[in-house]
Amino acid sequence: MGLKYIQPAPGFKEYLPKDYVDLIDFGPFGKEVDVQYMGQYKEILEEHPMCAGCWMAYFVRVFYASLPNPEDTIVIGTAGCARLALSQAAVPFIYGNYGDTNAVASGLTRALNIRFPDKNKDVVVVAGDGGLMDIGFSMTLHSWFRKEKFTTIMVDNEVYGNTGGQESGMSPKGVQLKMAPKGKKFEKIPATELAKLAGCVYVVKIAPTNIKRVAKVIKRAVLAARHFGPTFIHAYTSCNIEYSIPTEEVLKDAREREKKDFGFEEYMTDEVREYFEEIEKKEKEAKAKK
Amino acid sequence: MPEQKVVDTDYLLLEAPREKKFITGAQAMAEAVKRANVDMAIAYPITPQSEVMHLVGDLYAQGYLKDYYRAEEEYGTMSAIAGASRGGVRVFTATSGPGLLRGIEAIASWPGHRIPAVLGVLTRVVNAPLSIQPDNIELAYLLHSGIILLHAENQQDVFDMTLAAFAISEMVDVYIPVAVATEGFFVTHAKGYVNMTPEDMKLPPRDPYKAPVPVTDCEVPPARIQRDAPVQKSNFMSYLIHAVWQQEVWASNMRAMKYIYKYLGGPIEVVNPEAEVFVVASGCAAAQGREAVRYAQQEGLNVGLVKIKSIRPFPAKEVREALKNAKAVIIPEHNIEGWLSKEVKAAIPNSGIVTDGPRVYGGMTLPVELIMEEIYKSLGVKGKQRVVI
Repeated sequence: MGLKYIQPAPGFKEYLPKDYVDLIDFGPFGKEVDVQYMGQYKEILEEHPMCAGCWMAYFVRVFYASLPNPEDTIVIGTAGCARLALSQAAVPFIYGNYGDTNAVASGLTRALNIRFPDKNKDVVVVAGDGGLMDIGFSMTLHSWFRKEKFTTIMVDNEVYGNTGGQESGMSPKGVQLKMAPKGKKFEKIPATELAKLAGCVYVVKIAPTNIKRVAKVIKRAVLAARHFGPTFIHAYTSCNIEYSIPTEEVLKDAREREKKDFGFEEYMTDEVREYFEEIEKKEKEAKAKK
Repeated sequence: MPEQKVVDTDYLLLEAPREKKFITGAQAMAEAVKRANVDMAIAYPITPQSEVMHLVGDLYAQGYLKDYYRAEEEYGTMSAIAGASRGGVRVFTATSGPGLLRGIEAIASWPGHRIPAVLGVLTRVVNAPLSIQPDNIELAYLLHSGIILLHAENQQDVFDMTLAAFAISEMVDVYIPVAVATEGFFVTHAKGYVNMTPEDMKLPPRDPYKAPVPVTDCEVPPARIQRDAPVQKSNFMSYLIHAVWQQEVWASNMRAMKYIYKYLGGPIEVVNPEAEVFVVASGCAAAQGREAVRYAQQEGLNVGLVKIKSIRPFPAKEVREALKNAKAVIIPEHNIEGWLSKEVKAAIPNSGIVTDGPRVYGGMTLPVELIMEEIYKSLGVKGKQRVVI
């Protein structure tokens, strides 16, 4: 059904909230929207209670603008900062229990596959470093080992932001945070390496400094997950509060980290590469015809 | 696998012909799953549950189920069950003792998430020192979760309750999960006679659109399911929304009672309703209580049994009515804490008539003699009148 379920029944539209009607008339459903036109159409995510200057909030907004099929997408999150925005977006969202995103997504993806074997129903996990690499570690890794066909996006702010700034497994070594009063004793967990070892077919590490590139990898991750297996994006989405980054320097910080330890990395299996080449070639041809 | 035809729920549960088989409790649970039109099951091993999910795995291999996998551990299992159920399919899993406790964060959230699922609970010890033996202390942890909890006395109950559980959990005015519990080993690994419905009949499939809350499949409006998530608003809104939602969960739990009457003959069974002394028990302890009542009758003692089949919803009214003329109540249990005793005492106006026990735990059997001792004490019977047991 997809797009159809978003459309109100005839005669009912005038009674719906304006916000909803605007989404139908001016939103991204059933259209190709380019991320560079964000702000010029009704976006899936608008209001949210995240902190001023939060890079993660911006990333989540870009994420929704990049979905290839928002009308048939379900997002799954867990406790943490990102869900504050995810839960207010105009795409169905499941907030399960602590760190269980990839188990919930496994069950949901399989159920949708049973019920709609001929349709693309995209399941995307968006969760933090604590949710995916600490409390949910085994469920994250095992969903990859099992080759579950959905996308996992880790919005890594290197801290438990929502609970008040505690050390996570993804905090850099030496950083002093709550629950690491003498500084963190060990390195960041090598999440993308684990993802490759565990069988993800498409793995990206990115500091989101270039939104066109962010949009491209999100779209690729979702498409590859549909057909081939688990995909993973590790995105640096700084916490300007706990790491005391002045709001106006958040982008500068992301660029610095990109140079230092968050350089863009994109891994894919050969069959995924061939698939992208094929669809991207077709897209170019279609554009050329226009 | 025989071709299965879908039959009406009421017909299958109440009228369909039955055939008697001599099978274990684990087999009885799997046989119910076979007839329940289950789409998907998720398994994780733990003794004494494993047997059930092995058999359900065999059903998948034969084509009765559309999907089945062995999960990473129980928290992952229970979370994936929630995900699959939200996706609109009929799901089943089973666990035991420590596995139940490992999964309980997710299980306790199922009712609030309005997950119609069926959970087999094959009880065992949960506390240290470790033991794999039957003890039903774990059921105490389920009492406050909002889940419907049925407690099976024997293999027949396991079959009947499991099959009915699928129907009850998906009723629109219920729509919360149902746990079917029985004692590990004593029931799961022992054989008993079970009257079963024909193998070639199954329940109608789950209709995911017959639901009080929408499934998450991008087919049901509105598109914006959580746009105004309560936890993001003021604390007041958060309190209020949680409060009314949980009230509805517990009201749903109570509304299951009429289906327990319809499909399981009611939440309690009373033997010898005019008795002076009652044994009140659930699960395996009810089987021993039944034996004690038989012995007592042979000795000319006026003793009855109240078997409690439904622990949640708890049949307080029915228990009160059944015990209104009782002079003494004896509550044998397979756990140290006596959770059933607390429930019964809270339900009757004269809790002083209740004897707390006998209780066995750690996996011990519950000899009928222990119950008889309490019967003699409560009736003031001494020495000689005892028959040889």
